[in-house]
Amino acid sequence: MTLEIIFQAIITGLMMGLIYALIAAGLSLIFGLMDIVNFAHGEHLMLSMFSSFWLWSLFGLDPIFSIPITILLMAICGILTHYFLIRFILKAKMLIQICATFGLSIFIRSIAQLLWTPDFRNVDKPLLEGRIEIANLFIGQPQLIASIVCLLAFIMLYLFVTKTETGLALQATAQDRQAAEILGIPSNKMFAIGWAIGLGCVGVAGGMMSNYFFIFTDVGINFALFAFVAVALGGFGSIIGCLYAGIIIGLVESLGGLLIDPSFKLLYVFAIYLLVVIYRPQGLFGRY
Amino acid sequence: MINKLQIARSEPLWNTNNRVIFLIFSLTVVLFVLPVFGINSFYLHLMIMIFMHAVMAQSWNVIAGFSGQISLGHGAFFGIGAYTSSFFFVQFGISPWLSIFLGMFFSGLVAVLIGIPMLRLSGHYFAIATLLIGISFQVVFQRWELVGAASGLWVPLTPEDSWISLQFHSSKVPYYYIFLIFFIISFFFVWLLSRSKIGFKLRAVRDDPQAALSLCINVSNYKIIAYVISAMIMAPMGSLFAQYILIIDPDRMFNLEISIIVLLITVLGGIGNIWGPLIGAAILIPISEYSRIYLGGTGGAVDLIIYGLILMLICIFRPEGLISFVPKNILERKKQR
Repeated sequence: MTLEIIFQAIITGLMMGLIYALIAAGLSLIFGLMDIVNFAHGEHLMLSMFSSFWLWSLFGLDPIFSIPITILLMAICGILTHYFLIRFILKAKMLIQICATFGLSIFIRSIAQLLWTPDFRNVDKPLLEGRIEIANLFIGQPQLIASIVCLLAFIMLYLFVTKTETGLALQATAQDRQAAEILGIPSNKMFAIGWAIGLGCVGVAGGMMSNYFFIFTDVGINFALFAFVAVALGGFGSIIGCLYAGIIIGLVESLGGLLIDPSFKLLYVFAIYLLVVIYRPQGLFGRY
Repeated sequence: MINKLQIARSEPLWNTNNRVIFLIFSLTVVLFVLPVFGINSFYLHLMIMIFMHAVMAQSWNVIAGFSGQISLGHGAFFGIGAYTSSFFFVQFGISPWLSIFLGMFFSGLVAVLIGIPMLRLSGHYFAIATLLIGISFQVVFQRWELVGAASGLWVPLTPEDSWISLQFHSSKVPYYYIFLIFFIISFFFVWLLSRSKIGFKLRAVRDDPQAALSLCINVSNYKIIAYVISAMIMAPMGSLFAQYILIIDPDRMFNLEISIIVLLITVLGGIGNIWGPLIGAAILIPISEYSRIYLGGTGGAVDLIIYGLILMLICIFRPEGLISFVPKNILERKKQR
């Protein structure tokens, strides 16, 4: 094992980590806003990948050009999720909230399986292909572009939440729903916006990943698990924490796979979750 | 004037209505004589599945309904039970009757080991942690050569029906009685638990942990007790199911679907209520089996679509479950004032 392989693993982990970070940011935004963990997050990711795939296969749109459409579709999907499901369970017990989003995840996944069969698909000959070589390190072009786009989207999300008026209104609602309503911020509208943005993030990640990842109905489960871990690691509700947590997870996954045993990749990440949650329950950057 | 103490004394030993008790007894008798009339083996299978899932859901009900911790990885204990009994039978020829208890012991042990660090967590953290643990078990068993890795264990078949090795090839009736007896024992045990001191303390922990702590109830200890009891109810079902299908593999035994269906049955029937799991299983399992018969050939997971839809609808419209349609004065005895 040479140094090059380790550097290669670090770069791979970094690129995956940025994608995890964006997926987790969407989850974290929704959680911070209304204290609901979206257990259907992986299925929403799967939907965004399929939307990217079908836009390519039916209309010949390359995944990088169809990203805006995917984001729009996912935002609509988020608003629909809020309108038809989440609206009713805002005041329910935590158990009911978990069960409802869990039910949504089963529902979406099995509908997808019925409609599109569990076959593996991939986008054939996308615009982004091949790899580039820098100092004996091979970097896949689609992976690189995907991670850069995810980083840009992450920065935009962060600026949106901290700098714009709507973003501040979101934060106000997250901190105290009733006080925000007194100040004239309609919390229901804010929740819908939160869902739209949260799933929009997933749309970016899913659209970029459809360039190089296999697309199948169970694809979301692992990503969703990593997103849960990233959210807990970064601190529930903290968006900037997701970035660091996502990168940590990506690195642990690729380095652990390289140095110990690749078949237990999942377990290393889970072990990190357990350690962090037991010794620092508020996460690395948690507010609470 | 009646003071509080007198009210507490007049609380009956069981608060179940006499009519309900009569109903339960007659139902039990009917269930015992049912196979005598020679019902179709599909219906026997259906009843066996209902008993099994009712007990599994009851086990989840103990941890989620009584102590308020949501475990999303309860399939792990099912798998541990199944693997223990099959492994000891395949390797050492120990009768499954004994290794059922070994399975209970092991899953109780695992529950303690998981429970001590994890049950200090609450809410979403615990739910996600158990979800991860459930999947970790599947990952580990898929790669563990000693227990057959991904291809699983094949329980060696005995040439004839045998009570010692718990295999019946000619008829499902013995399985029916075994599952029925375990079902009755488990429900009776949980009913005792719910009326015992531990049961009341667990509900205190669920409803208000801080108030419970101020009454000298050791919150985390009671959560661990509930988790262990729940694991030990789950494990025998795994062992019996392994003896029922006689081939076990990690994909089936540690499937996330087990954890999901257990949750779904309990929420559908009514969480925190001892009859909830029975009602949920009696409604859901026939739906699942029939949809598999009539729509199984389509390749789609139609029963899962129905599950997801039911779960969402229940959460929106009836968070207390179907049991809440039955008025409380029918279920419970009037207090003698």
